[in-house]
Amino acid sequence: MGFDQYHEPPEELPAQTRTFARLCTSLTEEAEAIGWYEQRMAVETDDEARAIMHDAQGEEFKHFCMDLEFLLRRTPVWREIAEGVLFQEGDIVEHGEDAEEEATEGAAARGAPLSGGESLGIGGLREVS
Amino acid sequence: MSHLLREHAPITERGWELLDSEARERLAPALAARKLIDFSGPHGWEHSATSLGRVEGIFDPPGEGVSGVRRQVLALVELRAQFSVARSELADADRGAEDVDLDALDAAAQAIAVAENAAVFHGWKAAGITGILEASPHDAIEFGEDCERYPRHVAKAVEALLSAGIEGPYGLALGPETHTRVLETSEHGGYPLLEHLREIAGGPLVWSPGVKGAAVLSLRGGDFLFEAGEDLSIGYESHDADAVQLYLEESISFRVATPEAAVALT
Repeated sequence: MGFDQYHEPPEELPAQTRTFARLCTSLTEEAEAIGWYEQRMAVETDDEARAIMHDAQGEEFKHFCMDLEFLLRRTPVWREIAEGVLFQEGDIVEHGEDAEEEATEGAAARGAPLSGGESLGIGGLREVS
Repeated sequence: MSHLLREHAPITERGWELLDSEARERLAPALAARKLIDFSGPHGWEHSATSLGRVEGIFDPPGEGVSGVRRQVLALVELRAQFSVARSELADADRGAEDVDLDALDAAAQAIAVAENAAVFHGWKAAGITGILEASPHDAIEFGEDCERYPRHVAKAVEALLSAGIEGPYGLALGPETHTRVLETSEHGGYPLLEHLREIAGGPLVWSPGVKGAAVLSLRGGDFLFEAGEDLSIGYESHDADAVQLYLEESISFRVATPEAAVALT
């Protein structure tokens, strides 16, 4: 079993940081898989095979989103920047710059940590939606 | 450092892992409302109010020819349940003890979960929270103690929701006493009542400490809106030679968007 997701000695890292790192790695893997399926579908000529890949890619979208939501819940500033960028119309770069400035300056003014939330991470528990 | 001041506590990393893990284990089964309603957040400790998208008029504007309105918001409330842990128990946990006494934490977790459920279902007037069962315009259905009639009562509640145009699936929140009665009961032929009720509702039956009686509510989403500023967290208050004083805390608001999406069973 590898521990490539850690750049520092795991035994020196708090449990919350190890979990955070694992989910970051997972997020990366899901994004990679999305890209791989995109490439495979681009070259695949068999419709049935492409349909399966399309379905599989949808799974990766879901996994990516779940990983991302977990990380955003644990990282208030990241969440704040994401809220300024995601699902917004207009210039993406401009939104990004504005959101970053607003979030980091606001956090600094409040003395809030930029990452590593300390909540129990319970959130919503509804399984049926 | 956050306002929880955890770094000031004389608790090792292993100790914090134990406390957080124990709290999660105790809270998750008891947080019934979160299993049935929409959850938004956490939006952070500094998040103070939920926007309601409405305004109210303000009289006597400070100038001629102008008018003013004020945005309406629902202020978040902070819930806190204090507890203490013996330092000797924390030291034993660091040595690898598996039977650490965390009874006070367990009691605090239960208390804050009960309070959250009660606020969501029965309201908290002083905090500006209207509960699901307070808001429901449907006549309450008498549930009683005769379990054989429960399927009929739940079906009647589902019928009331459907008649009001509220789609399912539906969930059933059962206060502890009602839940116990349901668990203990098998219908004619040995079929568990629990399963029968679940089939009628189309959604989960949830053990709901803090709920009086029971409720059937839609799980379609968008009807019951819970917002967390800071989600449940453990913070540090003080310590002496013998014990560490800690607390469980959250900041929340709750509002009912569709009052007719729930029926009370009393």
